[in-house]
Amino acid sequence: MKAGTHRLSGNEACAEGAIAAGCRFLGVYPIVPALEVVERFLKRCPEIGATFVQMEDEISVLAAVLGASWTGKKAMTVTSGPGFSLMMEHLGLGVMLETPCVIVDVQRGGPSEGMPNSPSQGDMMQARWGSHGDYEIVALCPNSPQEMFDFTIKAFNLSEKYRIPVVVMADEAVGHMTDNVVIPNKIELVSRKYYKGKKDKYLPFLREPALTGIPSMVDIGNGYKFHVTGLTHDERGYPIMNAECQEFCVRPLMEKIRKNVDEIVEFEEKDTNNAEIVVLSYGITSRVAEKAMDLATKDGIKVGFLRPIVVWPFPEKKVRELSKKIKAFVVPEINYGQIVYEVERCAGGNCNIIFVPSKSGAVHEPEEIVNAIKMGIKEEKREEVIQVKISNQQ
Amino acid sequence: MAKKKKEIHPMESLLRMDRIPHIWCPGCGIGTAVTAFTSALEKLKADLNKVCVISGIGCTGRVAGYVKLDSFHTTHGRPIAFATGIKLGDPELKVVVFSGDGDIIAIGGNHFMHAARRNIDMTVICVNNFIYAMTGGQVAPTTPLTAYTTTSPYGNVEVPSNIPQLAEACGAVYVARWTALHIRRLTNAIVEAMQKPGFSVVEVISSCPQYYSRINKLGDGLDMMKFYHDNSVIRHNEPTENLDIDYQKQIIVGKFIDRERPTYMDSYKKWLEEVKHQIPKSPKIQNT
Repeated sequence: MKAGTHRLSGNEACAEGAIAAGCRFLGVYPIVPALEVVERFLKRCPEIGATFVQMEDEISVLAAVLGASWTGKKAMTVTSGPGFSLMMEHLGLGVMLETPCVIVDVQRGGPSEGMPNSPSQGDMMQARWGSHGDYEIVALCPNSPQEMFDFTIKAFNLSEKYRIPVVVMADEAVGHMTDNVVIPNKIELVSRKYYKGKKDKYLPFLREPALTGIPSMVDIGNGYKFHVTGLTHDERGYPIMNAECQEFCVRPLMEKIRKNVDEIVEFEEKDTNNAEIVVLSYGITSRVAEKAMDLATKDGIKVGFLRPIVVWPFPEKKVRELSKKIKAFVVPEINYGQIVYEVERCAGGNCNIIFVPSKSGAVHEPEEIVNAIKMGIKEEKREEVIQVKISNQQ
Repeated sequence: MAKKKKEIHPMESLLRMDRIPHIWCPGCGIGTAVTAFTSALEKLKADLNKVCVISGIGCTGRVAGYVKLDSFHTTHGRPIAFATGIKLGDPELKVVVFSGDGDIIAIGGNHFMHAARRNIDMTVICVNNFIYAMTGGQVAPTTPLTAYTTTSPYGNVEVPSNIPQLAEACGAVYVARWTALHIRRLTNAIVEAMQKPGFSVVEVISSCPQYYSRINKLGDGLDMMKFYHDNSVIRHNEPTENLDIDYQKQIIVGKFIDRERPTYMDSYKKWLEEVKHQIPKSPKIQNT
């Protein structure tokens, strides 16, 4: 698309972001409320010569995306809660085979089929822990169509750089809202590191430095005759079933993210320096939180604002540091409490944690968050997470 | 005396010799299926840099780990889905899915159906040993009626799948079945299947002496070969509805389907060409 300002919905901006990032393979299974991404991408397919496939379920979708990624294509899928659940199997395979790809989850109300046309932040923990075994993941949370564009590109860059599936945790509200999206003249893109040595010497999981290095990739069909497996494997990619190899194979999956956490983590903060209360929010909720913050500031309360842009890995250091200086974190989420427990863990009892649930399936009213901020000023130190009652609760 | 030349395995160039010995039991037919496949590659004079093997999980799932080609050992039941992404990602590749009956027909049944319907250009070599062997001998969707397994201790009561019939109904363009005894014919079938544009299926009936034969008291690998010898009937073009396999009865083998249909990528490329001119081209974003 032409550089300049365009009027796009979040989902359309996501498709444009993917195209700008060089995504040339989209695998999907139809699901509300993510479909506009697919429709936009398909309209642009003939022009950019991309490949599209609608698979038989979300299990096969992510399998195909991983397969396409190994042919050298930047590959993506979009889905929502029920489809995201089915993708957990291959999220694990993607992590294990260290395959770059992007998954966009336009979250809707759950569990199960839930509310297909309502926003939700109910998959936040699933993104982090949904697949079996130990792994680290990278997840981003956009709060506007502009960020749907920007963060989809960012997601591709991170996934190529760290050889990991990256999840864009959007929601129905951000996906369906329309806003001005500025497409810049120049976009910085990152590509995976390719192996350039002798063909018969290629080791698919050789790391330099050991533990935290990112192994070099090759594309299928270039004579490297490499093997990779979802089983625990050594640097040749061969399965070895013992504790030493498990350590060799799995620990770097964690360490390559944990040791680079300062480089990956990104957040937005405002007025946190002298704050008594900090509102920690992400995605669509952060936009309401900003309004609430303005209202509370007018009432003379010192409120700060912290928004994780990269939600996984979690901005642990920042939260711990702030927790020592403030009275309380106010955490509004469109769920029954997920990221709030991560905040509680990082705060380690240093300050109060106040959780603001939403009327499920709806974005918060600013007043609900303002009330929680006021509560945070008054409330005595408590050990447990304080749950704010919402207006339609008994 | 002249130094004796080091003996080289005839398949050495096609196998990962650093992974041999393999895990398969004595008398198992999977090794024979691999030999037929590698022989087929030699016969085809295929560009080995462009052949990619994808396996799922199970005994046959280990094939990907032994062939010296770009090879992927993926998740249980999903090799066809993974292979679909590979084929669509790089249509130049020859894509072969090598996996077992449990992997392809049970947990992967949906992917088998739809890849056949889309006519993704790939060859599926499905080794059918009538049982889940890697996990210790459970009933499979291919276990013949009345056969014993650890999860059918009183005899199997489920009607088994007829793989060639399923493949035909879903749209496969080439379907053949041979046993692990029919090495020459099996090799030829794999050659034909790999030359055929579209979704081709070769079912390989294989012995499993360790689980299937032992629990059913059918003897060892050699006894099974003898059984295949005495009970296989070659009937090319046999209607696939007649290809059910009953417990220790005759096994009809042969080439059953050989037909033409446009592949997914053929149709997709045609569509891209046709609509290309209908959409105004917008200038690309300049990338750094």
